[in-house]
Amino acid sequence: MTDNTKSLLLKMSRISKSFGPVEVLADVNLDLYPGEVHILAGENGAGKSTLMKILGGVHTDYSGKIKIEGKETDFKSVQDATEAGVSIIHQELSLIGSLNVAENIFLGKEKSSYQWLDKSHMVEYSKGILKNFGLDIDPKRAVDEFPIGIQQMIEIAKALAFNAKIIVMDEPTSALTEPEVKKLFKIIDQLKEQGCSIVYITHKMEEIYSIADRITVLRDGEYIGTETAGNLPCEKLIQWMVGRELSQQFPRHTPHIGNVRLQANNIFVPAASTNPAPRVGNVSFSVKAGEILSIAGLQGSGNSELLNGIFGTYGKDTKGSVEIDGEKYKIDSPSKSIQRGLALLTNDRKSNGLVMDLSIIKNSTLACLPCYSRCFWLRPADERKAAKETTESLKLKAESLNQEVDSLSGGNQQKVVMAKWMQTNPKVLLLDEPTRGVDIGAKHEIYELMNQWTKDGIAIVLITSEMPELLAMSDRIMVMHRGKVTAQFSREEATQEKVLSAALGKRKPA
Amino acid sequence: MSKLLKIKNSSWMTSPTIRALGALIIVFVIGLIFNADGAFLKWGTHRDMLRAVSVYGLLACGMTLVIITGGIDLSVGSILGISAVSFSLFCIHFSWPFYIAIIACLLIGLACGAASGLIISRFNIQPFIATLAMMVFARGLAKWMSGGQKISTAVQQADGTYKYVPVPDVFNFINSKILWNNISVVTIIFLICLLVSAVLLIKLRPGRYIYAIGGNEEAARLSGVPVNAVKILTYAMSGLFCAVAGICQASQELQGDPEAGFTYELSAIAMVVIGGTSLRGGRGGIWLTLLGVLTIGYLEKILSINAVGEDKRLMLTGAIIVAAVLLQKTKK
Repeated sequence: MTDNTKSLLLKMSRISKSFGPVEVLADVNLDLYPGEVHILAGENGAGKSTLMKILGGVHTDYSGKIKIEGKETDFKSVQDATEAGVSIIHQELSLIGSLNVAENIFLGKEKSSYQWLDKSHMVEYSKGILKNFGLDIDPKRAVDEFPIGIQQMIEIAKALAFNAKIIVMDEPTSALTEPEVKKLFKIIDQLKEQGCSIVYITHKMEEIYSIADRITVLRDGEYIGTETAGNLPCEKLIQWMVGRELSQQFPRHTPHIGNVRLQANNIFVPAASTNPAPRVGNVSFSVKAGEILSIAGLQGSGNSELLNGIFGTYGKDTKGSVEIDGEKYKIDSPSKSIQRGLALLTNDRKSNGLVMDLSIIKNSTLACLPCYSRCFWLRPADERKAAKETTESLKLKAESLNQEVDSLSGGNQQKVVMAKWMQTNPKVLLLDEPTRGVDIGAKHEIYELMNQWTKDGIAIVLITSEMPELLAMSDRIMVMHRGKVTAQFSREEATQEKVLSAALGKRKPA
Repeated sequence: MSKLLKIKNSSWMTSPTIRALGALIIVFVIGLIFNADGAFLKWGTHRDMLRAVSVYGLLACGMTLVIITGGIDLSVGSILGISAVSFSLFCIHFSWPFYIAIIACLLIGLACGAASGLIISRFNIQPFIATLAMMVFARGLAKWMSGGQKISTAVQQADGTYKYVPVPDVFNFINSKILWNNISVVTIIFLICLLVSAVLLIKLRPGRYIYAIGGNEEAARLSGVPVNAVKILTYAMSGLFCAVAGICQASQELQGDPEAGFTYELSAIAMVVIGGTSLRGGRGGIWLTLLGVLTIGYLEKILSINAVGEDKRLMLTGAIIVAAVLLQKTKK
């Protein structure tokens, strides 16, 4: 036992962490042997990133113990963690595009004498590191001159430049092409030989089994177990990831399904600047009146981008056509979409759902302001009346309707967004994570509202990262992986295991 | 107990109106103390202060709208210059009827502002850069129109000699005082424009959109707000107020100086910020700007009636801008 612990490179034991009243990690364990690739698996929100942020010195207020090579550590900052040999490669690139490659690699660790930078040394050193990875590039060129795949490799080189022993890779392949992935795996093998250990987070099943030595599974912030890859076949892994009892807290009523309200044909959302792969590749689907269609998918699956694309968030960049109640049109802009009867509840109300400085009334009438004004003159009495009616029907709790939405709880803020969209009389509601950051009571009310809306003939497209919610509230489930549809299930067919394996990229046999 | 105090604190001290009013009252009380042998107690002093501050106030009206959208307009001084030059040119040299001259000037200002707005919204260029370019361009335009000369009542004749023509009536009217000499016409013009801005911001739909865009542009866009159109309108309104200010300036100086309005943008921004409108956008208001305009106006007046030299006046004004903004700063 003692021997065993001694040879461990890293031992994290009984790690717990809360954000305010919400516990996101409870007694989680993770240990690493030298020279292993350790997969950290779990659904969205399982606590993987939080655990890695604790290891990387980003979160410093947690309980539990971290030992590196048997020595107990307590990181106070990211610098502390770096010095101890922990290096994290984040999902989003953290390079500064305008600086050159060498400057990026040495950022914060510049070699200098008397504040005078030793540029030639840094360039030579960077060149050597890059060569190690088979990258023959000029370190004096600016990072943003390189394609995204190379940038990702530079990021990895940067992370490994200074004697990292523990390397955390958070979905490193999401922006890489197939040959680049192969190259990365070769580098990982090389690192293993040098005695480095790698914690690898991925949402891709084929990657897990091609590089994993051991796998640790987290679920809803709890530690489920650790097993060698050989002893944890795919089916069992999925079971570990989902393995919860489905409770009956979801009151989906039997729907009265009518005609097709929304038909989306070949929706294509082009690549973002940070990733060469298209975000959504030619997806088609339809929703009927009174129906809830869920689009399941893990992070990076493109489900949120699909809804945004249809709504016109990216303007005319989104290709494909949409029909609402049989009327066909080309995707244009959010304001046109609203006029046609679409409403999109975005997944981040703070950054693009609400104007935090404005009152409940002003937020709730924002999408339908022409209804409450005559020739540009606002009619505050009408606004107040409409806001009062909708917020009451949504059971919004607030001291006054003139209160700024900033001061409301998450659930009530979400209801303000809903009030805004109800005032536009939508035909199709696109709900992207409607219960995110909302307490249990308000969640229940939101489920009831969804029932009410579908009863009124509205079609709902739902995205949720909570599996129980997904299974209980959907009449139909479409699963996406890397911008493509991998499976469709009826309410009766769907199980957690089936949905998750499709979300991990396994196509459903036809 | 402490909670009670805190609530009181948050509702009183953090209200920007109260703070801006507080700053104005402090300056006013200083004026009452250092009243320069009773000069501060005479209405004439206040009337002159209002007259002096009106042109800046007009610029501050437009600046307030722009700043609430989260932008900035550096071109206000230069547009004022163009307007002053063209108004003098139209009235003195071309002898146009005053109403046609006024409409032409307003259209020029409107067009300059709309051009900035178009560049900012359509081509997605930072307001700072776009209006900086407009600032330089408009100053050049003013110099080109005037041939680099001040447009005064000394009009060059065909034989090369200069002949003085009478000052147009409209200049004299705008430069006069009404209500038994108790208030300047330019002050009335400023107050009318202030009222127009207030109606736009508070009563009209575009005003609501201005706040929404400044508060969260993406949320506004996704709620169907015509973001580009509102931005163009905002900068166009700012240009319009600059044109009004230029007309007033030309009338007061009895000439169109192509250098008129140089660095005025900085005073206008200072007035808006001292009023408590946030440079981050989404918060603030036109009445706050009125308080800011009065605060700076009184400050300058008090310093001048107490014969404080310009050197010290500038240093004190700088210090007071910092103090006022610190007072406005809310902790979140």
